[in-house]
Parts: sequence; C-alpha cells; structure tokens
Amino acid sequence: MLTKRIIPCLDIKDGRTVKGVNFVELRDAGDPVELGKLYALEGADELVFLDITATVEKRKTLVELVTKVAKTINIPFTVGGGISTVEDVKALLNAGADKISVNSSAVKHPEIVDQMAAEFGSQCIVVAIDTKNIDGVDFVHTHGGRKPTLKITQEWAKEVMERGAGEILLTSMDHDGTKSGFANGITSEISSALSIPVIASGGAGKMEHFKDVFTAGKADAALAASIFHFKEIPIPDLKAYLDREGVTIRI
Amino acid sequence: MQVAVIKYNAGNVRSVLYAMERLGAKAELTDDPDTILQADKVIFPGQGEAKSAMKYLRERELDQLIQSLKQPFLGICLGLQLLCEYSEEKDTTCLGIFPIQVKKFPAREKVPHIGWNLLTDTSTPLLSDLGENPFAYYVHSYYAELHPEFTIAKTHYMLDFSALLHRDNFFAMQAHPEKSSLTGEKILKNFLAL
Repeated sequence: MLTKRIIPCLDIKDGRTVKGVNFVELRDAGDPVELGKLYALEGADELVFLDITATVEKRKTLVELVTKVAKTINIPFTVGGGISTVEDVKALLNAGADKISVNSSAVKHPEIVDQMAAEFGSQCIVVAIDTKNIDGVDFVHTHGGRKPTLKITQEWAKEVMERGAGEILLTSMDHDGTKSGFANGITSEISSALSIPVIASGGAGKMEHFKDVFTAGKADAALAASIFHFKEIPIPDLKAYLDREGVTIRI
Repeated sequence: MQVAVIKYNAGNVRSVLYAMERLGAKAELTDDPDTILQADKVIFPGQGEAKSAMKYLRERELDQLIQSLKQPFLGICLGLQLLCEYSEEKDTTCLGIFPIQVKKFPAREKVPHIGWNLLTDTSTPLLSDLGENPFAYYVHSYYAELHPEFTIAKTHYMLDFSALLHRDNFFAMQAHPEKSSLTGEKILKNFLAL
C-alpha cells in the first residue's frame, strides 16, 4: 500500500533556516543541511526547502545549498521559492533536487508549467497554490498569500494538472498559522477532482489534524513547519499515532 | 571498487553518484565503453521517457554494450524498464534482458505512483537484512509485469508489479534506492558487496 507522506518544510533565507528553530541536539539549527538530516533520520518522508531570499545575487547560494543537501540526505526533497524559468529548474535539478515547486510565476505565466513538464517530466514539477476564501469563493493568491488574483482555486488546480504538474501543494491562507487544523473541505474537493497527488499545507496544530486531513481531507501528503521546528509534535510520535489510527504510514 | 554509472539522456543521476559517495564507493558518470567494461559494478539509473532513452542508447551502441556486460549490474527506475523487452510508453522496444512487458498503470487511482511503498515477497541476497517493513520511494507511471522466475520482489499499487528483477548478473529496481533512506542504503550496500 502506498503510504501517506509527512513533509517538514524549511524556510531558507540566504542559505540559512529562518523561523525560530528549537533543537538542542543540533550544533547549528540554522543549517538547513543539519536540520534536514535530522528530519530524515526521524522518519520524514520528504522535505521541502522554500527559499525566501529576496535578491537575485543571493539566490546563487540556493544552488550551493541544494548540492549540499543532495550529498547528505537520502530522502526526496523539493525546492521552491522564486523559480520562474526552465533554466532555474535545470540548475536546481542538476544540483540534485528531486522536484521543484512553482507558485506566483506559474500564475503570471501559466505556460511555464507546460514548458517545465515537457523538459523535465511531470514527476518533478510541483505547483504550489495559496488559496483564500473570500465570501464563499476560493481564490488563488500570490506573493506569499498577500496578493489576490481572479483565479478560482479549483479551476486553477485542474488547469495546472492539465498543463503537466505532477503534484499540487495546496496552502490554505485561512488556516495557515492558526493551528486549528488543515482546510479539509477544499483539500478533499481538489484531491478528489484531480488524478495527481495533493499535498495539504497550513493549519497543523495537533496530531489529530493530520489524521483528519488524510481521511476527511483525502490528502496524499501533509506539510507543516513550525510544529516540527518547535518540537510540538515529534515526527516519530506523529507517525506512531497515525499508524495506531489506521492511516497507512511508513514506520 | 570502481562503479560506473551509465551516462545517457536521463534525469536525476546526481543523486545516485552522491549515494555511492556516502557509501564510500568511487563512482564515475560515464558513457565510455572501456570504462564501463572495466568497472567492478555498473549502475544504470534514470528518470525520463523510454523511447528517447532507447534512441540515445542505440545511437551510441550502448545497447549492445549493456547486453554484453558480465559484472553485477543494477538498473534503477527507467533503468529497470529499459532492461525489459517492451514498454507501452510510446511503443518502445527495449533491451530485452528480461522477457517482460512494461505497461501503463490503469487510471483507477492517481498516476504517477509517487511515494513510499512496501517491498514484499523478497527473495534475494540484494534484499537481505532490510528489517521488517522495507519501504522504498517510487515515482513512476509505468510498471513491469510479474515474471515467475525473474521477479524477486513485488510491490502493490492497484495491482502487483515487479519491484525488483534478477537474471544472472542483471538486477533492477523500480523504486529509487538512492532516495529510500536506510532501506535504500542497505540495498545499495548489498549490491556493492555482490
């Protein structure tokens, strides 16, 4: 049986992890390579590295970081943040990334999804979608969820699948940071409508939330950041809990 | 120990080289026939599309070279599929080491099959000491059918398919050992020890 995946997300700025990280056992919790390695050992199924570096010059450090991660870590990882061209993707995949994720740039120029999928295969192209519900309608947002667009989330998800996306990373801006649970409604709606996997993100606060997003939310994978970084939920405990609850999981 | 990783137009070979490095093996990405012939072990990695991969191999006569090799050989992912006889992917005649057909997954569930799945019915030294629940990481839309003699491990996704194949010096694995955490590391270690 194919298992549900648990994916910690590491935010990277200028080659270092941001968001306070609380790991006593690490010499340097700001080092994405060390933190990623620890998560892999703890049983994370994949990792996502999200680069939030603002300037173009400093983005070169991302390729160097990806090389270090690929040399060290023996589970798959996705790299996202500011990727907008086929050349960006090529450099990151050549450095050893397994997948890349695109977000705002795909909204701006949807045809880049087709180009990237044709060049590198759908299996390594993740389209990240930030969604927010406005008066009962789900709209795609860009720029870290700050900028609303006129695209309806459900329609955009279907469109990027048809353009060649291999997975959808769906973040609910309504739930992100609330710790009140994932957005199971829209996650389930999109996961049922699409024939590609959906990674749910935003709102994880308790172990039950993961069970809910895998059952009610029909997610194929669940992503979270701070609850792992602050050790509010250790990954081994989470996986043992999900296993007891009957969720198919890699132990 | 000299490991040759066959260089062709397939993606994600870097991870295989890094995995070898982590195990202390000297691995070289190469399409030079002499280097491949003289290597102790040969790895045939890959992610990509069958038809263009076979075309690339034939143009460089790497197809005949692979068929003639005698040292332990490990095909990974697309590498496994290319070692079979035929792939439905763009109606492609492959290398024919294994008399097996490669088919597309039915659309009943999500395709590609992406994520961690269990290796079952394992019977080979390549898979010794894997522990109780050997999970491996998969990313693929096509699968090799089961063979009564050459299938040495199965995985289930909608149906049972060949997770690993073995015939003489040729081994092949559909999942990515280089991305399969400690299970994958053990399999690669076992391969290097053959």
